[in-house]
Amino acid sequence: MNSLTEMKRRPTDWQGAAMQKRIARRYAAERRFKAIGMGAIILSAGFLAFLLIVMVGNGFRGFTQTELPLEIDFPAATGGVSSSQFEGPDANSNLQSMGLREIVDSSIDLQYGEAGNDLFSPGGWTTVNAMILADPKIVEQKATIYLPVVSEIDVAYKDVGNPEAEKRVSEFSGQFSTGFNWNFLSNSDATDPMQVGIWGAFKGSLITMIVTLLLAFPVGVFAALYLEEYAPKNRLTDLIEVSINNLAAVPSIIFGLLGLAVFLNFFGMPRSGALVGGLTLALMTMPVIVISGRNAVKAVPPSIREAALGIGASPLQVVFHHVLPLALPGILTGTIIGMARALGETAPLLMIGMRAFIATPPSGITDPATVLPVQIFLWSDEVDRGFVEKTSAAIIVLLLFLLTMNALAIYLRNRFETRW
Amino acid sequence: MKYEEMQESSESVNMTDSTTTDTTGETSAPKMTASHVDVFYGDKQAIKDVSIDVNMDSVTAFIGPSGCGKSTFLRCMNRMNDTIPIARVTGDIMLEGEDIYAASMDVVQLRARVGMVFQKPNPFPKSIYDNIAYGPRIHGLATGKDELDHIVESSLQRAGLWGEVKDRLQDSGTALSGGQQQRLCIARAIAVDPEVILMDEPCSALDPIATAKIEELIHELRGRYAIVIVTHNMQQAARVSQKTAFFHLGTLVEYGETTDIFTNPREEKTRDYITGRYG
Repeated sequence: MNSLTEMKRRPTDWQGAAMQKRIARRYAAERRFKAIGMGAIILSAGFLAFLLIVMVGNGFRGFTQTELPLEIDFPAATGGVSSSQFEGPDANSNLQSMGLREIVDSSIDLQYGEAGNDLFSPGGWTTVNAMILADPKIVEQKATIYLPVVSEIDVAYKDVGNPEAEKRVSEFSGQFSTGFNWNFLSNSDATDPMQVGIWGAFKGSLITMIVTLLLAFPVGVFAALYLEEYAPKNRLTDLIEVSINNLAAVPSIIFGLLGLAVFLNFFGMPRSGALVGGLTLALMTMPVIVISGRNAVKAVPPSIREAALGIGASPLQVVFHHVLPLALPGILTGTIIGMARALGETAPLLMIGMRAFIATPPSGITDPATVLPVQIFLWSDEVDRGFVEKTSAAIIVLLLFLLTMNALAIYLRNRFETRW
Repeated sequence: MKYEEMQESSESVNMTDSTTTDTTGETSAPKMTASHVDVFYGDKQAIKDVSIDVNMDSVTAFIGPSGCGKSTFLRCMNRMNDTIPIARVTGDIMLEGEDIYAASMDVVQLRARVGMVFQKPNPFPKSIYDNIAYGPRIHGLATGKDELDHIVESSLQRAGLWGEVKDRLQDSGTALSGGQQQRLCIARAIAVDPEVILMDEPCSALDPIATAKIEELIHELRGRYAIVIVTHNMQQAARVSQKTAFFHLGTLVEYGETTDIFTNPREEKTRDYITGRYG
């Protein structure tokens, strides 16, 4: 004790070599840290850029189709029909009975010879069908219509195809044109890659997400509010908290099995429907919302609760007038994360039968449906090379869906954000 | 067991009280009466056998060193301690002869009748208008927009804030300065027309000028509301109060006229504290 106080302290040598070395080390450590941080950001930005460039590069072609012109002499082929019978509700069946498909086929034979039918996509006549429905006057004249070619030639024209297709491409080079593939936005799944569309899967995703949000958001928010504001702090509450945290970490395919066992087998809900998909994804999303909701509720300053209680607000009024509005931005952040995860989820939906080939878009929550990530998964498995670019195009649509959803949620969050 | 005893003793106090409530208009009638109050946080006893009367016509100051229980006791007077699960209160606290801890007492109504102003200004992150209007709205004190406007204006006027904010009632209450925020909180408490206002160190987060304004305000509010103020600042207690209670280690050491406490304390401990020997 005494020796310590008596020990003379040497004056600090701020300019000494040891001190300078220490300073240099400190600066070096700081530079190193900055470099590592920058490196990490550049690396992740690079990956993101690579992903986007590859996806957009491939996917862009999925939105276009290669077309060849076809001249159809309607008056000659039909023997002269009036355009009026293709207006109104019977238009479609009248077109069928007129034999539009045969007219298109024979026109192809006329213009491109016997092998002509190998050039055009088998579903090409539906394009003509749609055009007539839009403008019946076409059937009274000679018309030149651009029809999509078969998938092999499409691939060969856009990229590198098989030798036979490449030969045909060079044969007709100069006649091809590229048009926007509207079918891709309005059709559903099909066996011909020229005819597939994303609309069915998009609508399925939309309905599933709505079901998920309607279930997971209120249940998650109320659970979070109850656990934070009302539940007594005891063993049982702790147990529930641990369970919810674990639930958020359960692999998603397990939720699929749960959905299969509970919703399909026990409750007997319709298979492959958006209802079951939404329920299963809601199970998965709810714990994320509960956890983020609890943190957001916890972050509301206690002084606000005291202020409200102090002028005679009931506990319920404190929660709904003060705590919830202040916690809402945080809750919405958690909801974005949960919903984004649910939107990209494939595994649990495979288990409940949303991987079926579904050629018509769902019109309700119980109709068989598929969702965008499952559709991407299915197309990526196809042998036909025409599906490659469709897969990329579907990924772009999924990413755009995700971006739109997140933008909306961020907008809502900023609107509710309280400025102190 | 304890509760039954408490109830019995409360009845006897009720009897004595009913004789005094006849003379409500007179200055002698106590607005709130606490007798033999004990407060426990779990096993720890925070308040030991405190009995005190709060009058309408005087400002009562609670002074004492940190941790002496003065804030705890204040928070018992409008049952804010209910929010702490481990807190337990025994003894009687009466508001005009009604036991505030009785089962028949609605705690929400009690807190409207016994308002509170906190240490740190805590306006709601809403407009100035909504801060004041919130209390009257939830208690249904105004029948229309005009009446609500009137309540907001008169509350702000009584809190001495009207002149400063009348042109920006829609601005956020949190955009005001610290002193203005605290006066806003007082106005918010006044807006529900309480009988008692409890102030828990209302000036400890404020600068001297803002403090002076709050003290002035307390003077003006005296007589209309029974005011209890907890303070660390003995000069403040001497300036604003007519009655002073000195707490030490959970007990009420001395309670009396402020002038007596500061000039001629009966207890040694009080004298030591006031002269700055500890605390």
